[in-house]
Amino acid sequence: MVAVSIDGLTKTFGRKRALNGVSLEIPAGEMVALIGASGSGKSTLIRHIAGLERGDAGCIAIHGREIQSAGRLSGEARDMRRSIGVIFQQFNLVDRLPVITNVLVGFLGQINRLRGTLGFFSRNEKHIAMRALHRVGICEQARQRASTLSGGQQQRAAIARALVQGARLMLADEPIASLDPASARRVMEILAGINKEDGMTVVVSLHQVEYARRYCPRTIAMKDGAVVYDGPSVALDTAFLKELYGEASDELILPDAPVSDQPRERPVVAIGSGAPALATA
Amino acid sequence: MTISNHASVPETIALPPKEFSRTLYAYVVWGGLALALLWSWAPAEMDRVTYLFSDSGNMVEYASGFLTPNFHDWDYYVQEMILTVQIALWGTVLSIFFGIPFAILSSSNVAPIWIVQPVRRLMDACRAINELVFAVLFVVAVGLGPFAGVMALFVHNLGIIAKLFSEAVEAIDPYPVEGIRATGASKLQEIIYGIIPQVAPLWISFSLYRFETNVRSATVLGVVGAGGIGQILFESIRGFYYGETAAILIIVVITVTVVDLLSQQLRKLAI
Ligand SMILES: Nc1ncnc2c1ncn2[C@@H]1O[C@H](COP(=O)(O)OP(=O)(O)OP(=O)(O)O)[C@@H](O)[C@H]1O
Ligand SMILES: [Mg+2]
Repeated sequence: MVAVSIDGLTKTFGRKRALNGVSLEIPAGEMVALIGASGSGKSTLIRHIAGLERGDAGCIAIHGREIQSAGRLSGEARDMRRSIGVIFQQFNLVDRLPVITNVLVGFLGQINRLRGTLGFFSRNEKHIAMRALHRVGICEQARQRASTLSGGQQQRAAIARALVQGARLMLADEPIASLDPASARRVMEILAGINKEDGMTVVVSLHQVEYARRYCPRTIAMKDGAVVYDGPSVALDTAFLKELYGEASDELILPDAPVSDQPRERPVVAIGSGAPALATA
Repeated sequence: MTISNHASVPETIALPPKEFSRTLYAYVVWGGLALALLWSWAPAEMDRVTYLFSDSGNMVEYASGFLTPNFHDWDYYVQEMILTVQIALWGTVLSIFFGIPFAILSSSNVAPIWIVQPVRRLMDACRAINELVFAVLFVVAVGLGPFAGVMALFVHNLGIIAKLFSEAVEAIDPYPVEGIRATGASKLQEIIYGIIPQVAPLWISFSLYRFETNVRSATVLGVVGAGGIGQILFESIRGFYYGETAAILIIVVITVTVVDLLSQQLRKLAI
């Protein structure tokens, strides 16, 4: 089963081309990293997949159902969002609501509309929400306002919300960008756990390439709104990353890819010529 | 090494010149205000300002009448004052209850433009017409008495609440709302879980502030027969009963001050 299938997606903001003919396919159950310099279009791509933004051309299908096509959102988009969990860099929790309510929001798409609107959540639903909070390790904070949590805890609450939602596809937009290394590892472990144990498809945009290498078998690299690399994460080498990130590469690139046992694989699915170099360069 | 040792740094760094358009703007604004004041001097009969002093004997006599307040009918005054507060309470609560949907419909980040614009114009109209004018209209429609006052406060404040509340809605952080949308929630659920919690403190504060203002406004509704203490105040002024007038005014001032203080304390709790 294909979790995400994108064909020729293009998006222009004013005169800025944010996405330029993006086509890709992600089979269900994969854990994929999305990398690229600032402004390369990672967030824009994720927002399109979640149906929060409409493209100019091209189409996106989630689990075989079209969510948008040629700039039009499918009539089922609201319904389809239920199967897509989105985690944002800024957490997107409602600060003044308690953590538990933020997590219960994940049920809104599944239960009777009126009951959800009035906020009558069942005992069982609260129980499920607490289990999700336990899984991400913040059940003690359930009654606190979201604003009183640390960044890493807020991010975990956001993951709990996506878990409760019953999502089958998790889109995480720079979930660890504002976290310290320990919290970042924690969040990545949780995402990897969800991927392995629940078989959830995870697409995670990252700035730190070493996290992509450690947690995601496959990496998609973007530059100027286009996909310039799509292949195994281990094959990403320093020269390629230097080119991808340009000036900013120094801070981003850590020790080179594991060279140890096998000879380094070159990118298999590089876009364009099939050469490992940047297609656009 | 200090900065001044650098050969490349000049001795003096010129301040960038003022933008011409901003200077011009200042002249236009202040000049315009001065012209408007001059233009309004004669029509507003501002030349009569001297009367305040030339007839100072009258003024003193008038003022001294107020120095001996007559509290003989104090229980009646207090009763009317309580009625005034009750009118303000109902007027405020009705305007909040019905103002919330109008506020949401006139917020450009929630409703489409073809709804926002007509709703805003309607609310402008409610706001533009003074509560006293509404009071006269309602006295004709529903008869003399407090209910006309309640309706007058309600309609006028509907416009104010809708505007204040929708300004708060337009200033919210959109990301949490998007987070709710991403779960597959309905539009109404987005509003209830994403918007209302963000604006609640401000809405409560505005509501209390409107209640304070409405208590003050309600004290004059009686002048046109729309209930409350205004009626007896007006009668005693017209009958030159200085002592009674002074007593009523003292009760009004105390009540308004107490309401203001209480509501200020409550507002602090809300934020
Ligand atoms: N709503 C918008 N209006 C105008 N331009 C936008 C909008 N959203 C994105 N862009 C532009 O599209 C381009 C891609 O932005 P995007 O946020 O997707 O980059 P990104 O790869 O996520 O970068 P970062 O790593 O900094 O988050 C940028 O040039 C950005 O300025
Ligand atoms: Mg981004």
